[in-house]
Amino acid sequence: MTIDIARHWRRWALHAVVVLVYLFILTPVIFIGWISFFSNEIIAFPPDGYTLRWFSNVWEQRVFARGFVMSLQVAFISMLIGVSLGTLAAIAIVRYRFPGRDTLNMLLLSPLIVPGIVAGTALYIFYIQIDNYLEWRLQATLEGLVLAHVMLTIPWTVRLVSASLVGIDRSVEDAAMNLGANRWTTFRRVTFPMMRAGLVAAALFSFITSFENLELSLLLVGPGRTTLPIAILQYLEFKVDPTIAAVSLIQIVLIGVLMLITDRFVKLSRVV
Amino acid sequence: MSQVSLRRLAKRFGSFTAVDDVDLDVREGELVALLGPSGCGKTTTLRMIAGFIAASGGRILIGDQDVTDLPPYRRNTGMVFQGYALFPHMTVNQNVAFGLEMRKVPRAEIGPRVAEALRLVQLDHLGERMPRQLSGGQQQRVALARALVIRPEVFLLDEPLSNLDAKLRLTVRVEIRQLQQALGLTTVFVTHDQEEALTLADRLVVMSQGKVQQIGTPTELYERPANHFVADFIGRSNFLAGTVSAPGRFRSRGGLDIAFADDGAGPRGEGVLAIRPEKASLEAGTDAGTGANRFPGTVVFVTYLGAATEVRVRLASGEEVTVTRHNATPLDDPRHAAGDLAPGNPVTVVWPPAAGLLLAPPPA
Repeated sequence: MTIDIARHWRRWALHAVVVLVYLFILTPVIFIGWISFFSNEIIAFPPDGYTLRWFSNVWEQRVFARGFVMSLQVAFISMLIGVSLGTLAAIAIVRYRFPGRDTLNMLLLSPLIVPGIVAGTALYIFYIQIDNYLEWRLQATLEGLVLAHVMLTIPWTVRLVSASLVGIDRSVEDAAMNLGANRWTTFRRVTFPMMRAGLVAAALFSFITSFENLELSLLLVGPGRTTLPIAILQYLEFKVDPTIAAVSLIQIVLIGVLMLITDRFVKLSRVV
Repeated sequence: MSQVSLRRLAKRFGSFTAVDDVDLDVREGELVALLGPSGCGKTTTLRMIAGFIAASGGRILIGDQDVTDLPPYRRNTGMVFQGYALFPHMTVNQNVAFGLEMRKVPRAEIGPRVAEALRLVQLDHLGERMPRQLSGGQQQRVALARALVIRPEVFLLDEPLSNLDAKLRLTVRVEIRQLQQALGLTTVFVTHDQEEALTLADRLVVMSQGKVQQIGTPTELYERPANHFVADFIGRSNFLAGTVSAPGRFRSRGGLDIAFADDGAGPRGEGVLAIRPEKASLEAGTDAGTGANRFPGTVVFVTYLGAATEVRVRLASGEEVTVTRHNATPLDDPRHAAGDLAPGNPVTVVWPPAAGLLLAPPPA
């Protein structure tokens, strides 16, 4: 009886902690969602009323729409390039033994360690030098931004794809070859489907990392060629009104929907 | 006609020799087991036959084709892996159909052949399941069906029973043997379990440190082991070290004068006499009696095994031997084995000269 009560209380305490943690994580999101409907231009609690005006303002402020399209382009292209390169690197690292393998692995993960603003500054200087010597303009161009973001997406891909590759039983590939599949067919019909979950997760995380990146991109954009997070920052510099909350909410919903769609094809909880 | 031939097959990894000049002929329809402790080279040999490991030397022939330099997908072997290695993202039907698709078998033919293969392993009702929805035993059968459906020239099994629980292992063992015989499959089977090998195989290849120690039928291996390793690895043996003092006479280190059936094949001088525990018998007391090989001693330890009782006896010479008595008589019968056996009891160990097998001493 006493044991039952103790167990009951323990479970109750556990639930309480879980709820608190969720609240801690979700409160800012909930507030952003709430504020985006406030009618007051200067944010005050409680609001005088509610309006959808800020959402139409997002549309009218062309910088947001342009930033959104720019971010979408950069994130999508960086994701494609980053996942392709990262997957090849992951295959090399997991499947082959060669000198410098550990170093390469560390190198590919290092963009996670270097602060974005530092990497951004370094790239800025590097791009200027390239422009000076090779007359190839990268600063404030789509290519320059994509190159920088590819660097950001590679660590995710290498990690996630490596993890899914390590989990593949090599004898399954042997079985395919034993049944008459050559190396390419074995990869296409057996290895690739088995690492699909890791690839999808890598693509999703790459996309999100690139889409919401601020620090790295800050110095690499130019007038009229700005990503959504930078557009938000620039708007914030001279105006604080619920438009920012509305933009953020749109971004959150977009990424949330993306994750839900992905989850329908690959159970993310099984990969990450 | 032999279906699989290994000619001085070798595999070296750097300075380590995993497989050392193995010669073997597997006849058509024969089941040959490669048996040995882990690291003896048996799995490496099997993987070389399948083509997953390139040979460092020697040739592999399947039928009358030299396949040594062919990749696995150009050799017509059907392999069952230790962990089954089913394709996790395909249904049972798709798993079994895979090999047929690779062989460009017409679509119309694939369905019936897959169904037939699954019927053979009694899984025809589970074709739409995913592998993870099946029990270990069922997955094993799918692996068998997948390997058999392509009608391989050679059937290769890599420890196929080691992931199954003890009861299931016995059933699947019998099923594999029945399938193999019904289909007349030339089979190479790798195992470290000697009981599995003795019960399944037509012939066994005992390997140790990359070398073939002996090739023979289960009876040959058990009754006439070629060397100390085989005598020790297959079943159990008492080993008495000593010297051959005269033709048919062996003097152990402890001073026993033992008669043995000397066919002249064994070594002269230093040697080891191997005696299977069940070929010796026990008599109560230490009466000298008459006849060959009667040695008095004291019971040291008794192990009751149900069907048999194992008795460890210290002989007057100081050497110890183990004798197995079959508990063939009822418990209340005065002749029942366990009756007069307790540590400290005086007994006489007796074995016929033919029970002693003279072998070269093991390498130091």
